[in-house]
This record gives sequence, C-alpha cells and structure tokens, in this order.
Amino acid sequence: MMEHLPILPILVSLIGGLLLLLPPFTGIERYVNRRIAALFLCLLQIAVAIALMAKVIDAGPIMYAVGNWQAPFGIILYADSLAALLVLLTGFLGLASTLYSFAGTDREGRYFHPIMQFQLMGITGAFLTHDLFNLFVFFEVLLIASYVLLVHGGGKQRTQANVHYVILNLVGSAIFLIALGTLYGTTGTLNIADMSLKISTLSEGEQVLAKVGGMMLLVVFGLKAAMLPLHFWLPNTYSAATAPVAALFAIMTKVGIYSIFRVFTVIFGEGAGALSNMVLPWVWPLAILTVIVGTIGVLASPNLRNIAANTVLISVGTLLMAFSIRSPEASGAAFYYALHSTLISAVLFMLADMIGQQRGKAFDRFVIAKKVTQPTLLGALFFVAAMVVVGLPPFSGFIGKVVVLQSAATGLDKALVWSTVLISTLLTIIALARAGTTLFWRHAGESANSEDESASVWQVVGVVLLLMASPIMAIFAAPITEYTAMAAAQLHDVRLPVSVLQLQGGQ
Amino acid sequence: MELLYSLCVGVMTFSGVFLCLRGRTFPVVMGLMMLGYAVNLFLFSTGRLSLDGAAILGKSETYADPLPQALVLTAIVIGFAMTAFAVILSMRARADLGNDFVDGKEPPGRPKQSVSRWSSKQ
Repeated sequence: MMEHLPILPILVSLIGGLLLLLPPFTGIERYVNRRIAALFLCLLQIAVAIALMAKVIDAGPIMYAVGNWQAPFGIILYADSLAALLVLLTGFLGLASTLYSFAGTDREGRYFHPIMQFQLMGITGAFLTHDLFNLFVFFEVLLIASYVLLVHGGGKQRTQANVHYVILNLVGSAIFLIALGTLYGTTGTLNIADMSLKISTLSEGEQVLAKVGGMMLLVVFGLKAAMLPLHFWLPNTYSAATAPVAALFAIMTKVGIYSIFRVFTVIFGEGAGALSNMVLPWVWPLAILTVIVGTIGVLASPNLRNIAANTVLISVGTLLMAFSIRSPEASGAAFYYALHSTLISAVLFMLADMIGQQRGKAFDRFVIAKKVTQPTLLGALFFVAAMVVVGLPPFSGFIGKVVVLQSAATGLDKALVWSTVLISTLLTIIALARAGTTLFWRHAGESANSEDESASVWQVVGVVLLLMASPIMAIFAAPITEYTAMAAAQLHDVRLPVSVLQLQGGQ
Repeated sequence: MELLYSLCVGVMTFSGVFLCLRGRTFPVVMGLMMLGYAVNLFLFSTGRLSLDGAAILGKSETYADPLPQALVLTAIVIGFAMTAFAVILSMRARADLGNDFVDGKEPPGRPKQSVSRWSSKQ
C-alpha cells in the first residue's frame, strides 16, 4: 500500500467522484448522502496528503512509475516536498469549499460534488506528475471540471464569462500541444527530468526549436497563472463564479505558477546550457507589471468580488517576482507566500458572497444599501481577512511578504521588489478600508430582521477554517519556512529527480 | 512529402486562428476544431515522417516512433470532448444571452441585422 502512496491523492478523488455518480448518491432528494460522502472524501484526501508529506519528509522525494513502466518511457509521478505541500493545500481548500457549499450552493445543480472531486483530481494530478504530456492531460481534466463548475448555478453573467474562459483555454491547450510537439521533436522525451538532461546536449539548430517550445510553454502557463498580458479573463471569470467555486479557483492560478517554477527551474534552469534562464528577461518585467495592474484593479473595483479577483493578480505578480530572483531562498519564500495567498483569496471570495447575501439587491457592490443583518460577525471576519490580505502583523500575510522582500538580495532587485510590493500593499489597504467602510457603515436605514438571510453555519465554518490557517501559519512560521526552504532546495537541485528516477546518464 | 505536410498544417492553423478571431460563436467553434486538427497533425509529425514504418518491433525494416501516435490519440479524444462542450456552451449562450456573439452583445456601430433564421422570434 505504502509504495502506491504518490498516486493515492489522485485515485481518492477519481474513484470518489465516480462513486458520487452512482445510485445511492444521485437524485435531487438524496443530497444529504452526497454531502456526507463528499465530506468524507475531502477528509480522506487530506489524510492521504498528510501521509504523503510525512513520507516525503522522512525519505526524501519519491517516484511512482504508473503501470511499472520505468522512466523515461512510462509516465512518472514524482512527489517531492513542493508537490506534497501543494497537494495538502489543495485538499484543505477543497474541504473548506465543500463545507461552504453545504449552505445551499451544492443544491443548485445535481453534480456539484462529483465535479468538485474531478476538479481536485485534476489539480493534484498536475502537481504530482513529472511528465509534460501527462501535465497536459491533467490540465485538461482540471479545465473541463472548471468549465462546468463555473456555470454552476446558471445565469447570464456566468454563461458569458464561461464562453470567454472556455475559448481562451481551448486555444491555450492547442498552444500547449504545439509546444510539447516541438520539445518532443528536439529532445525525444517528455519526462521532465530526462528532458533536463537532454536539453544541454542539443545542437545549435535544435536549440532554437527548443527555445520556441519553451517560450510557448511560458505562454500557456502564463495564461493559466494570469500573467500580465494574459490576465484579462481572470477578474470577470472569478467574480462570476459562485463563492465556493471561486474559492477553489484561487488555487488554479497557482497550478500555472507551479508549472512555471517546475519547468523553468528543472528544464530551462541553470543546467540548460545556452538556454538557461531564457524566460527571465520576459517574466521579470511582466511580474512587476502584473502587480501594478492588479493594484490598479483593486483600486478601481466596483465590488468586493472584483477586489478579491484582483488580489489574486497581485499575488501572482509577487510570486513571479520571487521566481525571477532565481535563488532557492526566493523560491522558498514564494512557496510560503503561495500558501498564504491561496487561502486568503479563497476567504475573500467567500466573505464577498456572505456579505452580499445580506445586502439585498446591491449584493457586494460599493453603494449605499441596506444594513447587513450580522454586522459583528461579518465585520470581524472581514477585518481579520483584510489584515491578512494586506499583510499586517500578526498574521501570515506579514510573514509572507517579509520573506519575499528579504529574498531579494542585490541592489536593483531589492529596489524594484520592495517598492512594488510596498506601494501595492499601501494601495490595497486604502481600497480595503474604503470597501469595509462602505459595506458596513454606510447603509440606508435599519435592516429588516429576517432570519433566513443570516449566514449559514456551514458558511461560517468554511471561512473560519481558512481564516484560522493564517494565525497558525504565523505561529508555526519557523517550521513552515524551513519546510518550504527544503522544498525549494529540492526543486533547484536539478540532479535530484534524475537520481530518484534512476535515469541513464545521471551520474 | 515534408513540404506538403507542413503546408497543410500551416494553412489549417491559419484558418483556425482566423476563424477564432471572428465575432460569433459558430465560426469560433469551427476555428477551434480546425486548430485542433492542425495541432494533431503537427504532433503526429514530431516523430519524423516516414513511409512504411511499423510502430511495433519485428514487423518491418523501418520503424516509426510510436509515442507521437499515442499522444495524437489522446489529443484527439480530449479535443473531441472539448469541442462537444464548446458546442453545447455556445448553444446555451445563444439561449441565455439572446444572440450568438462571443461578447454576448452586438458590436456597437453595426447596422441592426435582420432577424436571423436562428432567432426564436419568427
């Protein structure tokens, strides 16, 4: 059983999702069965993820050859500290989203929970695989699940946002395949570790082709991660989705970021000869611009969901900046920041929904509307969430930003990173303060006390679960940063996967 | 053979990209299909083009790389499912939004079109 551990996180949600489509769980009236099963699956997923993480901490990175086809011929799953950490994060976010959806979102359509499981399967698969074509397949799995989840609940705005999202991602998939074809044609392999060996031995003509392939991969991952010129889909899509779906989508951009880290560190990293770090001249300015555009977006947002979507953009930009510094310390800082920003973005989407429910037609727009029914509860949650997202002590946002700032070593890097991050933080504080004032203090008359509007217990549980992670991450910052530093060291050690996969020529 | 092959892939990609940039969902879906075909052909050629090459050992003198063929099969299946989804979604968008534009509304400055034959208001 233990040797199959790396594939278990994928199997749990695959088989679980399929089971949820079978008779005991189908039908409108049997939603309670579905809920219990979905909750159980999420907990199981977290348990498996923790077991995987413990194994990885204990024994170092492990590989799993699917069907026992050895590398570089078969598909290899490769669980190192980074993959295990992100799988655990996915499981945790899945649990919180599922809990939140129990408030009623999951009853708007019959297949919410199965599709949620397939979505989790796609995300965990993308984190665990070490084969570029398999990465494409898992991207498609998570995309088709996300297409369905996005229209969940129906309505004009969602259909509209989904048309754009689907078309963009289908074009993205086509580019992904062309990039894979080019890379396979030149290096003759699809295994990431194997390709990292082959890439430095290419002839000059092949290097050009490999460079084209690599740049196209950057376009695809940039589209998923919402890197600057490819970010236009994100605010609309995320603010159109239902709250638990938007919360889960908070990790989808991180899949793109993870792929950028993995591919452009291992394949096109230090050891790639003439092609080493070829994307840096592009990613570095685009990262800064992404933060700037995200900050302007936060200031210009007409509603809270849009603010949340734009904070996702800011976090993407910050992560790409940390990527561009290209040191293991910066990568480790980025992983800590990725954990924090994923969780807090999810919280913001959920809070926007809870606040909106109590403000009648205005929903979460910043206009004068009726008073929220539970100002103390929602106000307290919003206040804490805002402190976390802008990065005020004593929460994880503060530590996340400090580690990222500290990792910028040299003069120019330091000046750019510090000024961008700090100015963006200041402007986000202003935008969130304005948002909070309008949402909670500027209201027309007293609210009619109707019980049905107050936030459901499930919603509060989901939000508090995610929000609690922030002080916990701050209290246990030392072990967590140690872990992310180890993950970064494993990622930057290009020879490590080669020896774990026992590839030829790895000596 | 190489020239003909690459010309075909190029023309199909061109048509696909052109159709994807149109304003209505039908040509865009056609464009995506076209792009998908072009990509599949391209992927097939990454194992190098050869005549009479077998993909199984011991069946012939020359061998073709079997991996791109497996990749193409996977890509075809995925592309098929995605196209089906895109078609259904466009029909849903036509019903929900009242027109078949990708942006969900008539582009401004365009003369009002006569009621199309797909319209429900006949």
